Amino acid sequence: MAVSDTATESAAIGPPPATTGFLGWMRKNLFSNVWNTLLTIVCAYLIIRIVPPLVSWLFLDATWGEAAPQQCRAAEGACWAFVTEKHRVILFGRYPFLEHWRPLLGICVLLTVVLTSCFRRCWRPWIALVWIGGLGAFFVLMFGGDVPIGLRAAAAAAAGAFLIATLRSSGSTRSLLFGATALFALLALAAGPIFRVIDGVLNAAFGTGPLLAGATGIWFEIPTGLGFVSTSLWGGLPLTLLLSILGIVVAFPLAILLALGRRSKMPLIRMFCVGYIEVIRGVPLISLLFVGSFLLPLFLPRGVEISDLLRAQVAIIGFSAAYLAEVIRGGLQAIPRGQFEAADALGLSYWQKMAKIVLPQAITIVIPPIVNTFIGLFKDTSLVSIVSLTDLLLATKDIALADVDWRAFYAEGYAFIALIYFVFCFFMSKYSQYLERQFETGRQKRR
Amino acid sequence: MRSIIYQALFLAALVFVVWLLVTNTIENLRARGLKSGFDFLNSRSGIPISDTIIDWNPDDTFGRAYFVGILNTLRVGIIGIVLATILGTIIGIARLSSNWLVAKLASIYVETIRNVPLLLQLIFIYAFVGNVLPDQLNPIVIGAGFYLNKSGLIFPLLKLDTAHYIVGGVLLASLVAMLIYNRWAKRRQYATGVAPKRLLPSLGILIVPAVAAFLAMGAPAEFDVAAKTRFRFIGGGSIGPEFLTVLVGLVIYTASFIAEIVRSGILAVSYGQTEAAGALGLTRGQTLRLVLLPQALRVIIPPMTSQYLNLVKNSSLALIAGYPDVVAIENMTMNQTGRALEAILLIMAVYLTISLSISLAMNYYNKRIALKER
Repeated sequence: MAVSDTATESAAIGPPPATTGFLGWMRKNLFSNVWNTLLTIVCAYLIIRIVPPLVSWLFLDATWGEAAPQQCRAAEGACWAFVTEKHRVILFGRYPFLEHWRPLLGICVLLTVVLTSCFRRCWRPWIALVWIGGLGAFFVLMFGGDVPIGLRAAAAAAAGAFLIATLRSSGSTRSLLFGATALFALLALAAGPIFRVIDGVLNAAFGTGPLLAGATGIWFEIPTGLGFVSTSLWGGLPLTLLLSILGIVVAFPLAILLALGRRSKMPLIRMFCVGYIEVIRGVPLISLLFVGSFLLPLFLPRGVEISDLLRAQVAIIGFSAAYLAEVIRGGLQAIPRGQFEAADALGLSYWQKMAKIVLPQAITIVIPPIVNTFIGLFKDTSLVSIVSLTDLLLATKDIALADVDWRAFYAEGYAFIALIYFVFCFFMSKYSQYLERQFETGRQKRR
Repeated sequence: MRSIIYQALFLAALVFVVWLLVTNTIENLRARGLKSGFDFLNSRSGIPISDTIIDWNPDDTFGRAYFVGILNTLRVGIIGIVLATILGTIIGIARLSSNWLVAKLASIYVETIRNVPLLLQLIFIYAFVGNVLPDQLNPIVIGAGFYLNKSGLIFPLLKLDTAHYIVGGVLLASLVAMLIYNRWAKRRQYATGVAPKRLLPSLGILIVPAVAAFLAMGAPAEFDVAAKTRFRFIGGGSIGPEFLTVLVGLVIYTASFIAEIVRSGILAVSYGQTEAAGALGLTRGQTLRLVLLPQALRVIIPPMTSQYLNLVKNSSLALIAGYPDVVAIENMTMNQTGRALEAILLIMAVYLTISLSISLAMNYYNKRIALKER
């Protein structure tokens, strides 16, 4: 009784005025004691010194739209006219100017595929088909020319058929079909380089000459009606996206094998996997890019030439596979031992146990850290500019800013691509945090 | 049995691949008329290196250039780690501040810096140093003999004489004495249950003899302050614009990651621990020192180590700012001699050695502080 009395009383009086509303909030969060007040004053001073000049540079005094460099120099603020003038070079590098719609469309296709994969509802095996289709479309758009579509289309169709069969089948046929799907999907995407390497090896060993590479040519080629553009002209955002996306997607199966190998009971395989992971993680990416661009040509059989883009891509895949493997290993360790024992008790084989029981759980847990790895890789692709690939950074630095008239506006150029990187990374990190919360509540509910 | 067959197959495949790579490489090298081997390390390099710790002139060998590069990598790595830890810890704590403004500013810093590639930041800072900072003769005067201009940061140097070395020796000896005292104090506490005072005596043992020695020798503290002549600054110490760029870039970038680690480490210790310590009658200081910090550190140390390793590995980007770290120097070596394979192996050897020694040290430390489960 007494309690309710006090409650009504205090409700009637209400809290002291200085603790509510905006003033109350300020008192509580900014001026709660001497130390806090001091900090607030220092911060406020910093903000007043930095923000107004920045805002007037960025917006108020800036030159927008189209303008000559002279106009920009006359103005006090930023020269966004530089970005207006050069944005296409920054975004697409040396890609032929009139064909810029192709990389633009390519980016849209890639981003659509990635966005689709962000929805949990789409985490089904058929997403693999979306990826094959999306990447295929991207490459057709970027390359143009005559697409040796016969073999690729056949391989893609086979991959599709196997995937559907996989979805409907069960037991050990399923893993067999799944492997076949992966194989054909790989063939559909990377038939050219794979065949060239195999040819080179065979040629070095038996002197057979081009065997398989001819096969891609024998199959009918479909003219796309688009001019052929070689990878040496690719650049800007599509290059950055391609390097990072393939860097994760292709590295993923390798990473699973490495992670399983590291936990394997076979000492030889374990040693190899540990060695690979630790060496790659111990050296900087730039040294691996050097390996890709200087040593890979030496490692390949004579006569096999691979493009600069592919060299960097191989280095990036090898790099991210080691990091992903550690992430996946974290997931494997989080699976309770009971799951392994239960699978053994059911008489499942090693691969059945892994593919059906362990990996699905382990990978789901580690999707947020995988997204974080992807963010890191996305930023790290900027290093390819050191080995002269025209990614976003080098397109800005060496093409857009190479123009004498506009050289002074480096800050605007770098700010523009910094914004692009920021937007991508920021939203990906928000997505990963969102997933973490989702999984967290999921686990709590189960308890 | 099956596992042996698998391993034999794996080994065979591995041997085949390695054999293929080696024969291809030999073949390719011969076809291109390239030599291999590490003999170039003893030949004259002829490369100019601007910023070195030990003496350097272009007549020195490639081997010495390699060593110069390693020292430069270590220099930027060690100084960078210290500064990034300080800045990162301050920002991490600031993000948890009850002051709304401080917390917001800290989180804006972290979100912005983390989401932009380091290489871009380095290029930007380098361009900024070269374009925006004033030229040599009109530096920004920071005060106390510190100046900032296009050619880097100029600062006063302490003129070292014997007295300073003696003080250094005394300091080292008292450090040992302090450790011994602390060990004794710990034993005594275990034996008798009475904890001897530790903080004040420790500080006393550490500082008093050194200060006494310093004063006894007449407190010699002469600084070599840079002086402006008509053309340039003379005297004092200076760090070049390349080193400044790389250091500032690495510190700002790594600090944003360390801040997050510190923050999550502090948050990982539940509030119940503070309350329990209070209920046991520990003072605030004791709670922090004996309860909160040890638990937070256990969470903080492992990711912190990997950030330190990242900083050292990221220092390889010094290449684009022209700072002569080991990668930049081996890159030049590669261009001069054409020994790509050897140069890349040398680079990897440096980083692998650093990585492995840091992770060994960390594993040892982790074992020591790991939860003792019974």
